Amino acid sequence: MIRKLATVTALALLLAACGGTTKDSGAKPGGPSGTTGAANAQAELKTGLKFTYLPKAVNIPYFSVVGKGVEQAAGEVKGEYKATGPSDASAASQVTYINTAAQQRQDALLLAANDQNAVAPALKAARAQGMKVVTLDSDVAADARDLFINQVDSTEIAVKQVELISEAIGGTGEIALLSATANATNQNTWIAIMKEELAKPKYAGLKLVDTVYGNDEDQMSFQKTQGLLQAHPGLKGIIAPTTVGLAAAARYLSSSEYKGKVALTGLGTPNQLREYVNDGTVKSLALWEPAKLGYLATIAAASLISGRITGAEGEKFTAGSLGEYTIGKKAEVILGPPTVFTKDNIGQYNF
Amino acid sequence: MRERLLRWETVLVLAVVVVALVGGGDFLNGKNLFYLGLDIGEIALIALPLTLVIVAGEIDLSVASVLGLSSALIGTLWNAGLPLETILPIVVLVGALCGAVNGLLVTGLGLPSLAVTIGTLALYRGLALVLLGDTAVADFPSSYTQFGTTPVPGTDFPYPIVVFAVLAVAFGVLLHGSSFGRAVYAIGANTEAARFSGIRVKRTKLILFTLTGAVAALAGVVYTLRFSSARADNGTGLELAVVAAVLLGGVSIFGGKGSLGGVIAGVLLLGGLRNLLILDDVSTETLTIVTGLLLLVGVLAPPSAVRFARWRAGRTILKEATR
Repeated sequence: MIRKLATVTALALLLAACGGTTKDSGAKPGGPSGTTGAANAQAELKTGLKFTYLPKAVNIPYFSVVGKGVEQAAGEVKGEYKATGPSDASAASQVTYINTAAQQRQDALLLAANDQNAVAPALKAARAQGMKVVTLDSDVAADARDLFINQVDSTEIAVKQVELISEAIGGTGEIALLSATANATNQNTWIAIMKEELAKPKYAGLKLVDTVYGNDEDQMSFQKTQGLLQAHPGLKGIIAPTTVGLAAAARYLSSSEYKGKVALTGLGTPNQLREYVNDGTVKSLALWEPAKLGYLATIAAASLISGRITGAEGEKFTAGSLGEYTIGKKAEVILGPPTVFTKDNIGQYNF
Repeated sequence: MRERLLRWETVLVLAVVVVALVGGGDFLNGKNLFYLGLDIGEIALIALPLTLVIVAGEIDLSVASVLGLSSALIGTLWNAGLPLETILPIVVLVGALCGAVNGLLVTGLGLPSLAVTIGTLALYRGLALVLLGDTAVADFPSSYTQFGTTPVPGTDFPYPIVVFAVLAVAFGVLLHGSSFGRAVYAIGANTEAARFSGIRVKRTKLILFTLTGAVAALAGVVYTLRFSSARADNGTGLELAVVAAVLLGGVSIFGGKGSLGGVIAGVLLLGGLRNLLILDDVSTETLTIVTGLLLLVGVLAPPSAVRFARWRAGRTILKEATR
């Protein structure tokens, strides 16, 4: 048996020597796809368009609020609105829904991707059929979508969170990160920037000791928080750049011996965190206004379909009440700077 | 004839037909059937060998982890610069090895397969994470990924369904048309009796687990190419979907009963219904509830039908006797 196995393995390795397609042998496709035609900024916004909104998973409060913005904008341009999605935020789970949207001949898909690669083949097929794809919150490979609506400049949001945790723990001590899924594009971008920021002399007192992933699941994020505090007795602060993670971490801290001793900040919605901001578990948190994100993405999609924009860098478009936006590099549009919520202002927001 | 009509497999096939008719043109068009084929690809593949394992009275819950390990291995070897032509046989071989380990633990040490494969479910997923960690490998050439994303030229069949069709025939012959298959049923019905009648129980089970591992790894290849993404967490939780499909297909969890035809109908019914409900914009919650109810029916109906038949037979005899 073992000899047979050895022979087969040897044969397989021999095959390897005979060549074939390897990582280095093929030219890789890449870059944003070419846009065709010229934009006509004066074109009428088409009505009756069908918009499908596909969040990372259904029943995540943050994404429900984004959906409200999509719905509002779809209403303003007299279009049809539909929200759909998987119950888990895993890499592959959105593909079925992308295929379905293409099958249903939707005009535009507004997508927050769980994984930048796994959904790309399905998106390319859908675009080839004529559906416009606008990503929001979390991007995909640039050649798989028409536009990416970034909630905020990545650097701004990452730097802000480091600033908030530094303030909360007085500038010195061990900190840790509680992220969403390990492959979430936006999370990893922010984490990379946070690490750069922490390397700067003004944060010499802060030491990042661990990064854990709660997979955007409440229970798992709760347990990961528990695990972090057990693994690092000297931990002074936690940054959770995800709404699910921040709420779960706040719930754990507020009911544990660490309440008031370990600081917590990150990205969260006022409604989810209000209780913990008011009881002192969380001093401050940051976020953009998610409904505006959905709104902007929808108007951008309508503008694409109507020929007002093509996705080329430098093109401008007006997004209703939000004002004028300019398309940046890699067909990216930035919503604006984050809002910081504290005990003083959290009462004014309802989302 | 009447008995044949009442068979569970027949009920399933009818249900599939009903789903197709209800779906109508939106459902029964080439593009959608292609998507459906892609969606059920991995589950359909793994369900084939797993049917034999369950008929033999065992279970393998590590299949989705073998799929993940296979995906992670593809990514690792690709990063190391090996050509895919070489990677694929190695991956299938490693899958067979994982299956053989399950089989050896079950037959050699006499451990229950449920416990063994819950253990290796974690072990193989862990190994996958060791190999590839949190990263994803996605730079596969489109000449390969198109096997998982485009139909066979001139048809609406995705390539994985072609692989499935070939394997389905092979496993069908193995289970229903060979002495090996009869041995599998005999083992599942009564292991002791099978052993006394000269069936090599341990060897048969070892072969079944090894085959399951190999096919699960092959499903990992399909999964990786379909999403152009090799990841350690690919297919997490898929084992439950496969076991569910096999049980819905009329295979008894206690072994000895069931057919491959029923399982294929079960896979089609689950996949088709899901596809149809999503097309009709049914909410995810409803989708989960409907699938759950269907599985309950699948597990409860066949034994209930048998009891009902016995009860009727008993009543007839009673009537005859008291006449």
